[in-house]
Amino acid sequence: MNRIHQLFENKRERVLSIYFTAGFPHLEDTLEVMESIQEGGADIIEIGVPYSDPIADGPTIQESNLVALENGITLKKIFNQLENFREKINIPVVMMGYLNPIIQYGIEEFCKKCQEVGIDGLILPDLPMSQYLEEYKELFEQYGLANTFLISPQTSEARIREIDENSDGFIYVVSSHSITGAKSGISSEQISYFERVQQMNLKNPRLIGFGISNAETFSKASEYSNGAIIGSAFIKKVKLAQSLKEDIVKYIQSVIN
Amino acid sequence: MIRVDEKGFYGKFGGAYIPEMLHPNIEELKENYEAITASIEFKEEFQSLLKDFVGRPTPLYFAKRFSDKYGAKIYFKREDLCHTGAHKVNNTIGQIILAKKLGKKRIIAETGAGQHGVATATVCALMGMDCTVYMGALDIQRQKPNVERMKILGAKVVPATSGSQTLKDATNEAMRQWINNPVDTHYIIGSVVGPHPYPEMVARFQSVISEEIKWQLKEKEGRENPDLVIACVGGGSNAAGAFFHYYNTPEVRLIAAEAAGLGISSGKSAATTALGTPGILHGSKTLLMQTEDGQVVEPHSISAGLDYPGIGPVHAHLFDVGRAEFVGVEDEDAMKAGIELSRLEGIIPAIETAHAIHALNMIEYKKDDVIVINLSGRGDKDLDTYIKWGNY
Repeated sequence: MNRIHQLFENKRERVLSIYFTAGFPHLEDTLEVMESIQEGGADIIEIGVPYSDPIADGPTIQESNLVALENGITLKKIFNQLENFREKINIPVVMMGYLNPIIQYGIEEFCKKCQEVGIDGLILPDLPMSQYLEEYKELFEQYGLANTFLISPQTSEARIREIDENSDGFIYVVSSHSITGAKSGISSEQISYFERVQQMNLKNPRLIGFGISNAETFSKASEYSNGAIIGSAFIKKVKLAQSLKEDIVKYIQSVIN
Repeated sequence: MIRVDEKGFYGKFGGAYIPEMLHPNIEELKENYEAITASIEFKEEFQSLLKDFVGRPTPLYFAKRFSDKYGAKIYFKREDLCHTGAHKVNNTIGQIILAKKLGKKRIIAETGAGQHGVATATVCALMGMDCTVYMGALDIQRQKPNVERMKILGAKVVPATSGSQTLKDATNEAMRQWINNPVDTHYIIGSVVGPHPYPEMVARFQSVISEEIKWQLKEKEGRENPDLVIACVGGGSNAAGAFFHYYNTPEVRLIAAEAAGLGISSGKSAATTALGTPGILHGSKTLLMQTEDGQVVEPHSISAGLDYPGIGPVHAHLFDVGRAEFVGVEDEDAMKAGIELSRLEGIIPAIETAHAIHALNMIEYKKDDVIVINLSGRGDKDLDTYIKWGNY
């Protein structure tokens, strides 16, 4: 059974997913960051595959992408780094990245490799649902990869239903009209949107992302969903970390507790 | 048949690879633009502004001295005489009327050299709409006069400080800002790039170029179809406009001049069809200059307007099926062609346009062939580059 499904079977509340950029702050930090995220007590790890043109990301993740690329990270190197990660990490791990590097790697080869190293799911923000259904769904399923779609405050109810129908794993609820890292705090307008989605009784679990940065926003988001995703705020911590492991563990614990 | 399918593909290229956050914006546009642009009300306003504000039809000018030199009948389609100095305004006029009909209150745009930014700021002033233009921080330094023109016209110019700080980053930034302002804002893309329906929509607004060539050539030569049409290609909007009504007329050869920079194999060029491979950038699948790892490579061209690592999906398709012939024109040759046009015909062209002029030296044609070259823009904005080059 896919680790994502397993996780949500056992835990329906306050699920914490942490996004980080592979190869950041240093090329060989990928594994240490992942181990620290697990040790800190997060439930899901999202490995960001760096891209030169991340159009859904704000300045923090843009910069981490750029630094990682300057460090020399490539998708091939990421897979090399991930070769034996399952010896130490048992929580679900998802790859998040823009389509282009993945297409250049070869989509089937990519899926195969994901399965080989132990990746459980994918979040590809610029893969639209129609294209997914036409070209990718079968392949992802064949290699046991759960696909996650995003929804935003602008997404219509009919479309949310369609996305729910075609999702497998969890739905990524983008908290506002925004790119990553753009806003902090949660407004009453956002809460009414979270409630609207909550009342739809979707079959997939929902994690709220964008603008989640600390214990307060994590708890608030978790009231209206199964948990939340932290990206930019985590990258900022990693960037400033004195001791990578200690600082990551401390930060995640501060969010959870 | 060269045509876009309902999902926005030209053969293998095109589509709408966009984050879900942009889905409602793109859907709104897709669902409405055909009906709006087909309405009599839209057409009347569009045509009236093209005539009285832009100055259309632009002349189709028989270039006698050029014809004598090259041994063919050469006509120039004078898009350089459009208000604001280039073809770009054809598209911004169309899109601003559309934005108004969609009830949008503000406009955002990307710009490289600043031509599209100026054309956008111009129509926003005309319509009294709020205008923000994203421009690479590096380009802002390189294209000072256009930055000031935009400001004079009342637009806000915001530097894109990410990545390489040029056109592709300005486009990324405009898309991000559209994600941040999805309801009241329309994004005027300046070329035949981006997610469907942009490439086709922009091409249709620019198709007035080949529409006019047809009847103008009929008047002058007694035939609608030239033997060749030549245009420069960065993203490819002027070429799409000049080719549009000839896509499916195989006896008309379509020649696209892309920027070979310091040479195709120099590592400093923007020759997308020569060096690119299929990939996804700014929402569409197209030919793309990229690394083996799928990271987009920063292009180089002496002309800022051709300095783009991709190409409109329709052009990727024209290349793929062999409908258009692509030539790569180097910086130095383009500059010389600009001087040649200035001296033989009294027209100082934009350096983008000069690439199309030089293409004459790179292709075979028959004596007496009728050749139409799309003079996409004038050279005022490039005086600095001409002066720095100095070889005249």
